[in-house]
Amino acid sequence: MTVPATMPVIRFSVLARVLHWLMAIMILGMLFIGVFMAATVGPAYNTLLSLHRPMGILILALALVRLGNRLLVPPPPLPDSLPALQRAAALGSHILLYALMIAMPLVGWGMLSAGGYPVVFCKGVHLPPILPHDPALFALLRHVHTWLGLTLFAVIVIHLGAALLHALILRDGVFPAMASARAGRRDPEPVQGDNRH
Amino acid sequence: MAEPPDRPATRVPFFTPGPRVLMRLALIGAVLAILCSAFAWTAGWLPPRRLTQTGMIDALRAVDGRHRGFRSNHAKGVCVTGWFEGNGQASRLSTASVLRAGRSPVVGRFALAGGMPFQADAPAKVRSMALRIMPPDGQEWRMGLNDIPVFVARTAQEFHDLLLATRPDPTTGKPDPARVGPFMATHPNTARAAAQVAKRSITSGFADDTYRSLDAFRFIDADGVVVPVRWAMVPLAPVQAPAARIEANTLFDGLIAALRQGPLQWRLMISIGTVSDPTSDPTVAWPADRDQVDAGTLTLNRAESEDNGPCTGITYDPTILPVGIAASDDPILPARSSAYMRSFVIRSGETKPPSAVSPASIGPGGQP
Repeated sequence: MTVPATMPVIRFSVLARVLHWLMAIMILGMLFIGVFMAATVGPAYNTLLSLHRPMGILILALALVRLGNRLLVPPPPLPDSLPALQRAAALGSHILLYALMIAMPLVGWGMLSAGGYPVVFCKGVHLPPILPHDPALFALLRHVHTWLGLTLFAVIVIHLGAALLHALILRDGVFPAMASARAGRRDPEPVQGDNRH
Repeated sequence: MAEPPDRPATRVPFFTPGPRVLMRLALIGAVLAILCSAFAWTAGWLPPRRLTQTGMIDALRAVDGRHRGFRSNHAKGVCVTGWFEGNGQASRLSTASVLRAGRSPVVGRFALAGGMPFQADAPAKVRSMALRIMPPDGQEWRMGLNDIPVFVARTAQEFHDLLLATRPDPTTGKPDPARVGPFMATHPNTARAAAQVAKRSITSGFADDTYRSLDAFRFIDADGVVVPVRWAMVPLAPVQAPAARIEANTLFDGLIAALRQGPLQWRLMISIGTVSDPTSDPTVAWPADRDQVDAGTLTLNRAESEDNGPCTGITYDPTILPVGIAASDDPILPARSSAYMRSFVIRSGETKPPSAVSPASIGPGGQP
């Protein structure tokens, strides 16, 4: 089949693409660091902890920039060929991804605040507590942090699976909209789809 | 958003199955499976089983049982408050603000080692002093000190294995020699350290005891020069011999009575290590002739029960350090930090029964 000439690939803005891939690496790294750190009693614990906290704050800041960018610069529309169920899943999973990107660092920050821990951004630089000192709240938020983290990992796995489905099987322009390294949102020429299936 | 009313008649099916598509589906499945497996391995959910924070808590429970709401170790304790007054003499070694001349408030805790919150006091049981020193600039310093000369394990795994080797036999209530013997034979560092702990001089109570960091740390001065250190809180009260027989709460009652008489004080003595002193092995004492710096005086003037006291809702994580003091390569430090965090999560989510040292046993104020 051929993508109709009236349906050119529209890419995400360059800022959206840069933030997406940068944060993909950071968030996956954070999830692996977090899940290792939460179990280990080994020598890496404190090193990972001192990496985990500033990275979390950085992700929070980038997620807010990204949310603003998404609201100001609308993402490219999904192709018409996508069934309604997949559209709903795409919308829902993206809302969930944004919510978790913002909630995870806030829960982590709030958890340290409630536990009476100093919130160390980096050596010597402390952030103010965002919740009152409350051990029961600390315990609750510590569990919430784990479950949100596992949920975020699951949503990322589904997101990656869907992205690869678009890239390798549907070939409907959804994947290059985010994966392209080209400047600008549109190409001057309409993109030819492939007709191998 | 409006859809064109006449959608193309040749609408593409979602996808057309075929050998090539199936192969690509399998490829996608493989990518996701690898990612999930890597995650599960990192989390420690796959074999080989590694020692985890909950594994450490389980080992403590195997020795002392499960006591909801209490710390997993050093479970029987009492809160104390006062201040630390730095004298500035250690400021040449570390930029930590808490070491400069001046006062910082302290929330501390005295406890007996072990996970039993209602154990009876006994002179030979290991006593601990935990401190949270809070200088005005927020660069707080937490520590957990013990009245033993050395720690009994070099790593988290060794401590875990020691706990399991020395756990009481259900029939006799005492450690099983058939387990302890082989463990000590294969762990000479632990055997040597345990012998040093056993022959330490025992004082009459909490007030006249010396408490040591055991782990090594690093002091960093204004030029970035790093020296390895260990430290001790040395009592100003005269040291007295322990009583031959004591009651269930004698040590804690003695501390409370002493605080009612007047403040108790300790001197913070910093030992400066040399290049030959091990920083990564808390089972080995540093030579006694190492340079000592008197860094300031700890004054405690009030006791409070854990039931309403300020030491309950925090953890005395020894890696919470001010700028100018850093952890060493001692593997026991991250083990303590991570296990304390786990214990804190568990107990903070539980309802704690009244502590052995109750508000009533301290009396109104707890202050002279």
